[in-house]
Amino acid sequence: MAETVIDEVVRLDGVCRHYTVGDETVKALDGVSFSISKGGYWAIMGPSGSGKSTLLNILGCLDRPTAGAYWLNGENTASMTDNALSDHRLKNLGFVFQSFHLIPQLTVLENIEMPMFYLGVPPGERRRRAQALAERVGMAHRLRHLPAELSGGQRQRVAVARSLANDPAVLLADEPTGNLDSATSVQIMQLFQELYEQGKTIIVVTHEPDIAEYAKSRIVVKDGRIQSYTP
Amino acid sequence: MILDISYYWPFVKLGATDVWRHKTRSFLTMLGMVFGVGSVIAMLAVGEGASAQALESIKRLGSENIMVSSVKPAYDPAKAVASAGMGGNRVTLASYGLLFEDDSRIRETVPGVRDTVPARMVRRNARFGDRRIELRVVETVPTWFEVVKRPVLAGRTLTPADYAARANVCVLTEFGVRKLLAAQRMIGQHVRLGNNVFLVIGIVKNETGGNVRAPDSDADAYIPMSTGQRLFGLASIRVVSGGREGERVELSEIIVRMKSTAVVEAGAKAIESMLKCFHKNPDFKIDVPLSLLREAERTKRTYNIVLGAIAGISLLVGGIGIMNIMLASVTERTQEIGIRRAIGARKSRIVVQFLINTCVLSLCGGLAGLVVGVAIPVMITFFSGMPTLIRAYSLFLAFGISAGVGIVFGLYPALRAASLDPIEALRHE
Repeated sequence: MAETVIDEVVRLDGVCRHYTVGDETVKALDGVSFSISKGGYWAIMGPSGSGKSTLLNILGCLDRPTAGAYWLNGENTASMTDNALSDHRLKNLGFVFQSFHLIPQLTVLENIEMPMFYLGVPPGERRRRAQALAERVGMAHRLRHLPAELSGGQRQRVAVARSLANDPAVLLADEPTGNLDSATSVQIMQLFQELYEQGKTIIVVTHEPDIAEYAKSRIVVKDGRIQSYTP
Repeated sequence: MILDISYYWPFVKLGATDVWRHKTRSFLTMLGMVFGVGSVIAMLAVGEGASAQALESIKRLGSENIMVSSVKPAYDPAKAVASAGMGGNRVTLASYGLLFEDDSRIRETVPGVRDTVPARMVRRNARFGDRRIELRVVETVPTWFEVVKRPVLAGRTLTPADYAARANVCVLTEFGVRKLLAAQRMIGQHVRLGNNVFLVIGIVKNETGGNVRAPDSDADAYIPMSTGQRLFGLASIRVVSGGREGERVELSEIIVRMKSTAVVEAGAKAIESMLKCFHKNPDFKIDVPLSLLREAERTKRTYNIVLGAIAGISLLVGGIGIMNIMLASVTERTQEIGIRRAIGARKSRIVVQFLINTCVLSLCGGLAGLVVGVAIPVMITFFSGMPTLIRAYSLFLAFGISAGVGIVFGLYPALRAASLDPIEALRHE
């Protein structure tokens, strides 16, 4: 079956997400099916209101489909408890957000360490790996700084380092350049390019065609359905 | 993992930075805890000090002892005229109180009695040279000094030889000596008690004070009972308006020493019922230091309950203050909670984080309260001289209470934080 296929990291099978507002049913997602194999670099595009954010939440295991199945790294999330879903996110997903979402009280190093802390990595190793990750995104010189002391581009680099902390199966970026100027955007997209070349599976959700250009494959969502699927 | 300190330490650090970052807010929030914990420690110290003093003075009476003393009965006109004189020069002689016979009866019939110390106390003028004070002359037996244990400061106490010889010797208390004889050497001096001259053979320390009546007083002169009877007799006569008033009291007090504390209360009952047979008029009373001790302990327990209630209320108020601030903090940190949940923190980790945060806050308050609670009794003792006693348990209690308040009042905000929807929380600005 589908979960036995080793290089298929993401697989959606008729995923629906229906909300009930009053006595009306809103079909944010209505039967979405696709799969993404290991090492892919995908852009998910679509205008606002297309169901793009809902799809992102499902892909990110923050939400569960009301119908259909979603396999991430071979495990179906549909029947998972909240704890199992949390653990699943922790191990298999790395999030990069539009507004960086670093924790303001924590230093760069502590922010990068956080996912490892929740996974139970011992403090010494945590520190070592966080330093290596900071180096990988070019932030090794700012380890003791607080997010407020960094520029937007630097913050997003730290966020990327954090998303890589537990070596996840998928890197999920939601409008990663939405809050950055064009020069910095290029730098961040170059960072994603490097990660892709190193074999990471990357999904970027965006509405900017320029950003989607960096990706090798593309999915366009409209009205809760897949409009086009270009591997 | 649950017992691993590295599981909690980042949150302790985070909680501490949070307290530090909102210094004013934290301080105001903690005030409730500071005063709550401070008042618990301070009030316990005051209570412990007072009860320690009471216990000390009760113990000084001896827990194996029973004090039987004479009480002047209510005025009885039928008896008062027993030996009325003529016209305006009336002499009334009231005869009441404990008898020598009572002493031997107690010793011989009440089970468990080790020995008895009879004493007769009369106030008399004492003179030395041109100095003059009123002393309480205690006519007693040598064993008085075994039962009422007081340090001997100089000389010796009464001996059976003094008693047998009916010697004119006396033992004074330190306070009496100082009053009577300023700075001179007292041992070997002769003082006049009433109309008789006594040789001072010893000085004992007076240890009265506290709120329990001790058998000794500050200014006592102890003489052998045999000497007292030879010189003073049993009646004392005072001049009052309209005549003279006399009293005939054989014994003012009998201190009964029991064989052990276990038989004290039964002994007291036996003495009471026995004496009632011989004293139709209630002219005696029985004090049992052991019962006083028990009563003091009961009083202390009541006091502690009241104290606990007051402290509980103030800690409740403090705890609610902390809970309020933590709820505000949860709202303020909604996005942080969303980030942590999105990254993969389980709900329980969020609960732990906020519980620790609340505990850090309440423990800081508790620690400050500890300082306040220790400082207040020290100042009370320094300025008012009231005894206070800070016991180790009260400090642990205060620590435990502040941790408890942190957990109890932190639970609701923590659960609320954990139950936030990660998607909503992430979007919160």
